Amino acid sequence: MALVAENLSSEPRASRAFWRGFLTSPSAVTGLILVVLVFAAAIFAPLVAPFDPVKYNPIDRLQGPSFKHILGTDLYGRDTFSRVIYGARVSLSVSAIAVTMALIVGGGLGALSGFRLGWFDMLVMRLTDVLLAFPAILLAIALLAFLGGGFWNLTLAIAIVYSAPFARVARAAVLRVREDAFVEASRALGASNPRVLWRHILPNAFAPMLIEVTLRLAYAILSEASLSYLGLGTPPPAPAWGQMIADGRRTLELAPWASIGPGLAIMFTVLGFNLLGDGLRDVLDPRLRKR
Amino acid sequence: MIPFLARRLLLALFALLGVIILVFVMVRLVPGDVVTNLVGIDAHPTPEQLANLRRLFGIDLPIHVQFGKWFGALLTGDLGESLRTNRSIVSDLALRLPVTLELTVLALGIALLIAVPLGVLAAIKRGQTADYLASLFALAGLAAPNFWLAILFILLFSLQFRLLPSGGYVLLNENPLENLRHMVLPALSLGLSLAAATTRITRSSLLEVLNLDYVRTARSKGLSERVVVYRHALKNALIPVVTVIGLQVGTLLGGAIIIEEIFGLPGIGRFALEGINLRDYPVVQGAVLVVAGAFVLVNVLVDVLYALIDPRMRYD
Repeated sequence: MALVAENLSSEPRASRAFWRGFLTSPSAVTGLILVVLVFAAAIFAPLVAPFDPVKYNPIDRLQGPSFKHILGTDLYGRDTFSRVIYGARVSLSVSAIAVTMALIVGGGLGALSGFRLGWFDMLVMRLTDVLLAFPAILLAIALLAFLGGGFWNLTLAIAIVYSAPFARVARAAVLRVREDAFVEASRALGASNPRVLWRHILPNAFAPMLIEVTLRLAYAILSEASLSYLGLGTPPPAPAWGQMIADGRRTLELAPWASIGPGLAIMFTVLGFNLLGDGLRDVLDPRLRKR
Repeated sequence: MIPFLARRLLLALFALLGVIILVFVMVRLVPGDVVTNLVGIDAHPTPEQLANLRRLFGIDLPIHVQFGKWFGALLTGDLGESLRTNRSIVSDLALRLPVTLELTVLALGIALLIAVPLGVLAAIKRGQTADYLASLFALAGLAAPNFWLAILFILLFSLQFRLLPSGGYVLLNENPLENLRHMVLPALSLGLSLAAATTRITRSSLLEVLNLDYVRTARSKGLSERVVVYRHALKNALIPVVTVIGLQVGTLLGGAIIIEEIFGLPGIGRFALEGINLRDYPVVQGAVLVVAGAFVLVNVLVDVLYALIDPRMRYD
């Protein structure tokens, strides 16, 4: 009875230990604050941004930073700060949707592959070999050349590129626990394959997947920015950070702020996700803890 | 060791074959083809003229026949000709490969020159100001997109101080000094994120090694800290660094595409981008094959190197 009681109470205790670890990790907390700030800016963009991000305002063109325009204005007189705030929407939504898709498809295939092994595992792993043989950005560029630019194609391209690493991590996590005593015990008790996978194996793959998701979000932000810099992202005039940097390059000498502002936004967002990922790794996987 | 190598090579070849098929199919599924791009919509070509041109380029054949022809030629080292310029892809690649190679090798060199000393310093001065500054550099370097760094460097070193050119390329054998001046900013922009990743791994790996028993023994023998760190610990600490660099080669090659575009360097990345934009199939196939091939090869080499320097590694 005592054992059952201990088991029942182990979940909240684990969660308490997680939060205690999380809240005492400086990188996790700093990362979370940065990520929350960027998400808040994106969600409440109409409230935060002082100006319309797409409206041309020729009288105000190429103005330097001032109280009115804290990051100056671009060639068309648009307020850089407002465009950076609205740009967060594109960057975050492309990255978040792409990583979720990669997690579901790549992670799902990887978990199943580690669980079933045999020919299915062989097939999935060789497919990931092929996807991983491309430098990520080259594969995304090639995919976008085939799919054409735009929000959903950009998201899909990044999702395809990142499904391979998710498949690898999920497979490794499943392989680690599939032979453990608690999995064998549940099988001995007559649990079906889907039940064993869903109730016993996947919860144990949660920690490495969560860390992977956070770090992949950072990569996705950088990929989205690179692709939109190359003109393969969402079409103008809706602001996207990479494309703003590319546009700003044309007026680099006259108005460097038009490129510097969106670059700083990318940097802070990626920094946020990286710190959060590092912090989560410290808390969830003490073996990998950085010294 | 031999079976491990054979298996590793076989998997690499299999992956490359997958890349070849995937790229071949993907490039042909792109809407619009080189003929429509070459002729342009303003020329109002008749359907017969278009069909003739497609026959001339051999892109009217069924896709598996096109693949068979292309793959057969590939096995003899022939990557075909550019549909636009009629030039041999192999000779174009031979002109462009050295540019990309120089860029990535310089970027790698810059990364190692910054990262190893900085990582060692951070580990030795753990918890002190130098350590925090190194960590700050690493975090910033990993978060800043390389194309943005490139633009900041152009702003600072080309437009502001007029020290270095903002673009263009001079052949290495024509004028080595000018060549280097043109390569500094691209290589720096490309190398900084690798430097950041390598700094972190050098630091954490060295810290780990410094806690091992054999290092304690070396210290207890009365060896100076300098000898302990540089003669005993660093060599072992650099093993994971090799792996990280190998893993980052893909990022480096991918980054080279965008950096070559920004600085107008005639490398393979820019060649691939031009090919994609103009639907020049053979160019895209050739360029992607070389980049993916180089990436796969480096990964095999890293695995082999790792197996050689760390005898504890298991070959399964």
